[in-house]
Amino acid sequence: MGISVDTPENTREYMLQKAGYTFTFLSDPKLDAIGRYDLVHAKELASGKDIARPAEFLLDSSGTVRWRMVTENFFVIARPEQVLKAAKALP
Amino acid sequence: MKRLNWQIWAGFVLSLVAGFSYPFVFVRWPITREFPWANLILFAIAIVLLFLGLRRAFKPDKRITSKIFSSLAAAFGIMLLAALLFLIFVMGSWLPPSAGAPQVGEKAPDFTLTNVNDKPVTLAQLLAEPINNKPPKAVLLIFYRGYW
Repeated sequence: MGISVDTPENTREYMLQKAGYTFTFLSDPKLDAIGRYDLVHAKELASGKDIARPAEFLLDSSGTVRWRMVTENFFVIARPEQVLKAAKALP
Repeated sequence: MKRLNWQIWAGFVLSLVAGFSYPFVFVRWPITREFPWANLILFAIAIVLLFLGLRRAFKPDKRITSKIFSSLAAAFGIMLLAALLFLIFVMGSWLPPSAGAPQVGEKAPDFTLTNVNDKPVTLAQLLAEPINNKPPKAVLLIFYRGYW
């Protein structure tokens, strides 16, 4: 599932209609979850806003983190094959 | 007859292509985004051309204007390369520390957020809601920068 500060309208337009993704997207404009996960990128340069820094967490069915990637460089984010490998290792 | 210093022109145009193809093209694929191989190869060719053009412009029979123009073109190409490397390797790592982000083995904090249909959704719900009549094996949370 994808989480960003974008509004539901923008997410619908960019991620569903333009990009064609079919998984769940959630909007966090007040940085409620983003803050709880300590992923706030305050006054980010390009947007001038408080947004989420890129990060991925794979949770098992109990909600426990089994794999994560909190990148050090936002040009490097989790690759699909890394996530699939981690998912296959789940019980 | 004066012959066009094509090396300097080609080098100049190619350095533009090398710089701007990163944000517009090569940023799409992890292999060319994480390390700008494609752009560095383009820049290498551009710099060779700029060097050849410069050498030609600085031959004694060439006019001062061609010396000035080719120097500016070469400087611009190098600046674009420096800007791209700065963007990827310096600005790319301007991220907060996120020391409090959930670690492997920890429980992911619950949250309630709005989906694209303006309905509230909790993490607990996503962990429990059946997909194809089977309980989900896992949930992947992807925090992304968004389009604002």
